[in-house]
Amino acid sequence: MVYIVILSIFLGIEVISNVPAILHTPLMSGANAIHGVVIIGAIIVMGHASPDDYLALTLGFLAVVLGTLNVVGGFVVTNRMLEMFKKKK
Amino acid sequence: MGQFLLEISYLIGSITFIVGLKMLSSPDKARQGNLIAAFGMGLAILGTILFHEKDGQGIGNIVWIFAAMGIGTIIGWMMAMKVKMTSMPQMVSFFNGMGGACAAIISIVEFGSHSGHEPGFLLTVFLGLAIGAVSFSGSMVAYGKLDGKINDIYSNVFTIVNSLMLLVIFALVGIGAFAPDMFGDNLLWILLGVSLLYGILFVMPIGGADMPVVISLLNSFTGVAAAFGGFLYDNPVMLTGGILVGSAGTILTVLMCTAMNRSLMNVIIGSFGAGATAGGKGAVGDQVAKETTVTDAAIMCAYAQRVCIVPGYGLAVAQAQHTCHEFEKELEKKGVEVIYAIHPVAGRMPGHMNVLLAEADVPYPKMKESEDVNPQMPQVDVVIVCGANDVVNPAAEDDPSSPIYGMPVIQVWNAKSTIVMKRSMRPGYAGIQNQLFFHPKTKMLFGDAKDSLSSLTSEVKSL
Repeated sequence: MVYIVILSIFLGIEVISNVPAILHTPLMSGANAIHGVVIIGAIIVMGHASPDDYLALTLGFLAVVLGTLNVVGGFVVTNRMLEMFKKKK
Repeated sequence: MGQFLLEISYLIGSITFIVGLKMLSSPDKARQGNLIAAFGMGLAILGTILFHEKDGQGIGNIVWIFAAMGIGTIIGWMMAMKVKMTSMPQMVSFFNGMGGACAAIISIVEFGSHSGHEPGFLLTVFLGLAIGAVSFSGSMVAYGKLDGKINDIYSNVFTIVNSLMLLVIFALVGIGAFAPDMFGDNLLWILLGVSLLYGILFVMPIGGADMPVVISLLNSFTGVAAAFGGFLYDNPVMLTGGILVGSAGTILTVLMCTAMNRSLMNVIIGSFGAGATAGGKGAVGDQVAKETTVTDAAIMCAYAQRVCIVPGYGLAVAQAQHTCHEFEKELEKKGVEVIYAIHPVAGRMPGHMNVLLAEADVPYPKMKESEDVNPQMPQVDVVIVCGANDVVNPAAEDDPSSPIYGMPVIQVWNAKSTIVMKRSMRPGYAGIQNQLFFHPKTKMLFGDAKDSLSSLTSEVKSL
């Protein structure tokens, strides 16, 4: 686990360190979509909540909705931004 | 078999995130990169739904999960498609807040349903909760501020209160993890409340132009919160995705700060607007800026060899990117060479100007970064500063007392002449006077950026 964390930290730094300023906004937006991966946690919560635990079910449902918003919205917005760079080739 | 497929889907997911982020940093491959990461995300989600098992139990409540995902997809898709390019920053902030809230909720549910309370587990839950909650409320405030729904409030009190609250949060997390009996289960709710409040107070005093830095920072917070979720479930894809965003986001934040010549601490603790207004020596009093008319400006541009447009926040606010491109095309018809000089922090977010101009079909090679343009400045006949201010302020180079001293700027004063389009003589975001406006080679063209540009365009057309 700790290995993954440390490697990921360095990867993150390495991957992003020479990005041109032009792409800062799309990059931020793309990274924003990627941390939507938290939705997997929400699915696990929801998937293992017992059917009579209404608090967990409600909160889990809400978490899945919010997580999906993050993922879908994030990727779509990023794609829309990047579409514009592509057009003029 | 299921477990194996699950792990494969997570492995592919993690790899696509890394590849996607990498590709996002080159203009040609950025779009593919985004799609690849999205594909990986889809795969990891699908893998989880199909193959995830806990204590031999697969994922239940499938109908509800799909319903929730359906709702989220429809709302998220519609919001993302509808939003105007100029409102992009607040949209990113909004989605970021959603992720933060999701992380916080996960912690709440896990705390409730978990019976064993060993320190490691509690620490993960509480940290995930605190960071997620701060990210959520902070992002919402940032969203409101950029959308003009919430106004800036400057006060030095914030600095002290915020530092105290941060300490309280750390203390609560520590108590929660290592002395859980002190407050019992109530601690969860106290921590949630304090964190939400901290998020609000933390973003509240930060000025509009610093918002991108804050959003980027909150973005990396949410990444870290997601990573805590990964610890909680021993889930590698959440861990890599979260940490990747956490570290990349932090670097991005630092890069943005460097472009503005401010330290991160400065952005977070010192409220820029309050401290800076007093600085800078340029008194307006006896100095007179020269005003010009649309006709004169049009003639100057049409008979120039090279024109350089410096777009800024004002252009973004006036949504004048299309008009600006029209103007550029008219000038090119007259045989004028037009380039755009884009400061890294022009607009509402770093790179935001490029996105806006790209929306208006301005060719990518015409957008130059400031360090490429500066050496060519003496060969430029006319510079048009369109809604930019602090990024063309000479004080950054020659006035050590100025709060923006040392910030890289576009040296428009080296060009043969400059036309500044501005609504009024009011100082820019940093609250400091700009000597450029009183420079002998500078002429002011007052008015809304869009109106001025469109009247300029028709003037040039009729010449």
